[in-house]
Amino acid sequence: MIEITGLTKTFKTSEGVVEALKDVDLSVADGDIYGIIGMSGAGKSTLVRCINMLEKPDSGKVLIDGIDITALDEKALRAQRKHIAMIFQGFNLLMQRSVIDNVCFPMELSGTPKSQAKARALELLDTVGLKDKANDYPARLSGGQQQRVAIARALAMDPTLLLCDEATSALDPTTTNSILSLIKDINIKLGITAVVITHQMSVVESICNRVAILDMGRVVEEGYVEEVFSHPKTEAARKLVFPESSDGGEMIIVSENQQRLIRIVFNGEEATGKPVIAQMAVLKGIEANISYASTRNIGGKVYGSMILGIPGDEETVNEALEYFKSLGVEAQEVKSNV
Amino acid sequence: MFERIFESEAVAEALRIVQSEFLMAIWETLYVTILATFFAIVIGLPLGALLVVGEKDGIMPIPGWLLSFLNVLINLLRSVPFLILMIMAFPLTRLIVGTVVGTTASIPPLVLAAFPFIARLVETALREVDRNLIEMAQSMGATPMQIITKVLIPEAVPSLISSMTTAITTILGYTAMSGIIGGGGLGKIAINYGYYRYKYLVMLLAVILLIAMVQTFQSVGTKIAIKSDKRSRK
Ligand SMILES: Nc1ncnc2c1ncn2[C@@H]1O[C@H](COP(=O)(O)OP(=O)(O)OP(=O)(O)O)[C@@H](O)[C@H]1O
Ligand SMILES: [Mg+2]
Repeated sequence: MIEITGLTKTFKTSEGVVEALKDVDLSVADGDIYGIIGMSGAGKSTLVRCINMLEKPDSGKVLIDGIDITALDEKALRAQRKHIAMIFQGFNLLMQRSVIDNVCFPMELSGTPKSQAKARALELLDTVGLKDKANDYPARLSGGQQQRVAIARALAMDPTLLLCDEATSALDPTTTNSILSLIKDINIKLGITAVVITHQMSVVESICNRVAILDMGRVVEEGYVEEVFSHPKTEAARKLVFPESSDGGEMIIVSENQQRLIRIVFNGEEATGKPVIAQMAVLKGIEANISYASTRNIGGKVYGSMILGIPGDEETVNEALEYFKSLGVEAQEVKSNV
Repeated sequence: MFERIFESEAVAEALRIVQSEFLMAIWETLYVTILATFFAIVIGLPLGALLVVGEKDGIMPIPGWLLSFLNVLINLLRSVPFLILMIMAFPLTRLIVGTVVGTTASIPPLVLAAFPFIARLVETALREVDRNLIEMAQSMGATPMQIITKVLIPEAVPSLISSMTTAITTILGYTAMSGIIGGGGLGKIAINYGYYRYKYLVMLLAVILLIAMVQTFQSVGTKIAIKSDKRSRK
C-alpha cells in the first residue's frame, strides 16, 4: 500500500535548520492500522503530511499502490489526493457550512451532482451516528461529534487510505474510545488502510496492528504492536512504553508501618486476569499492599512494574520473592526511603 | 455664524428647499453610493483575494514584482486625498462617463478611491480564515480556485459583510465631498446652500440626513454580519 524510502525533510527557520525527517523508511500493508508514535517534535506530523504531499519532502520516495506521489505534477497529485482522506486534531470543519454540507464538500469539489451528494452524505452521517444533526452547524456540536462529521466527510470519496494526525488528542478518554472504535470499524468493514499518528500509547494499543516509533526524525523501532511494546529495544521506545522508569529521579515511595518493599516486573509472561497478589495471600499468607503500579495490557499480556509493601521480616520478603520467581515474574527487594 | 439660523424666515425657506430638493438629493446620494460601492467591490474583492493567495507561500503564487506593484498601487491610491484624486481622475471619468460634471461623473473617482480600501479590507478578512481549513481542502484535492471560492470567501463572509459595511459608509462620506466638483446628492446641497449661500439650516439638515444614512447602513450591516455568522451557538 504505502512504501516510503529514504524520506528526508528539513525546515529552514530563522533559528536555523530543523531536520524533521532523516532518511525514513516505512512500509504499510493493505488493511493495516499503522501507528506512528513519538514524542512531541519527533516529526510525526511531518511524516504523515509527506504521505499526501501537504509537505514536500527534500528527498526520498513515497509510493502509494506503486505510484510515486512525490513525482506527480499538481493535477495528478490532486487526483491522487481524492483517494487519500485525512482527519485532523482540530477537526477542520467549515464553520459556515451545515454538517451535511461539510460532508458534501469533497463531493462538491469533484463535481458530484448535488442530490446524489446529499443522499450519500446522509448515508455517511448515519454511519457515524449523526444523521439527526445533518442541518446543524459545527459550532453547535461537541468535539467528538465534530470529529465524527470529519470522518464522514473523509469517507465521502471512498478513500483507500485514511491518515489521522492526532485525531483524538483534543478529546476526552470516553470520546477518544468511541472515535477509535469508529476508525477500527471503518478499517474492518470498508477495508480502508489507516495511518494513525499519536503520542498516546493507549491509542496504538487499542487499534493498531503495527507501529513505528519515531524519535528525532528517525524511525527507531518498527513492527507488530505486541512485539515492539513488549520488547522495547531503544531508549526512545522505553520512554514511551514505560514513561515512569525514565522520569530521571528516584521514585519516592513512602512506606507505612515499617513494611519492606519489593519491585515486581511483568514482561509479558503473565496473562492478564491472573490474581497473583491475591494468590500470594492465599497460598503463602502474605498480604501485600500495592504501593505503586504501572502496568499495561498488550495483547492480553501484562507489561510493567509494581511496588509491593510486604509486612513482616526478612523471611517473609524472601518467601514473597521466591513465590514470584516461581511464577516467572521478576522480583527484587528495593530500598524504602523511610 | 449660526445665530440667525432658526429665524422664522430662514426656517420657512429651509422647509421649502427640503421639500423641493431633498428627495432628489437622497436618491442621488444612494445611487452614487451604491453604484460606486458595487464597482469598487467588483475590483477590490478579487484584488484583495489576489494579495492573499498570490503570496510566495500562498495557494496561487504570482510573480513577486507583480505583487509588489499591486501593493504599491494600492498604497499610492490610498494616500492621495480624495479631492485631489477626483481632479486627477478627470481624464478617466471623461473616458468612461463622457463628462466630468454631474452625479454619474462622480462615480469613477469614488470607485478609484474605494477599491484599494476595499482590497485591503478583503485582504484582512481572508487572512483571518484558519490556515488549517485551506490545508484540509488541499488534502482533498481542491484546486486553488476552489479553495478561494469554496473555503476562503465563504468562511470569511461575516467578516466580509462587516468590511463592506465600513466601505459603504466611508463611500457615503466621500459622496458628500464630490458635491464640491459638481457631483449631486446631499453633499452638493450642503455645500451649495451652506458654504456658498450661507443658508446654514439647510446645510445642517443635509448633514443630519447624511449622518442618519450612515447610521442606518452601519447598524443594518452589523446586524446582517452577526446573523450570517454560523459560528454563534444560538
Ligand atoms: N512548517 C514548519 N516550519 C519549520 N519547522 C517546522 C515546520 N513544521 C515542523 N517543523 C519542525 O519539525 C519538527 C517536527 O515537527 P512535527 O510537527 O512533525 O512534530 P510532531 O512529531 O508532529 O510533534 P507534535 O506531537 O508536537 O505534533 C519540529 O522540530 C518542528 O519544530
Ligand atoms: Mg504533530
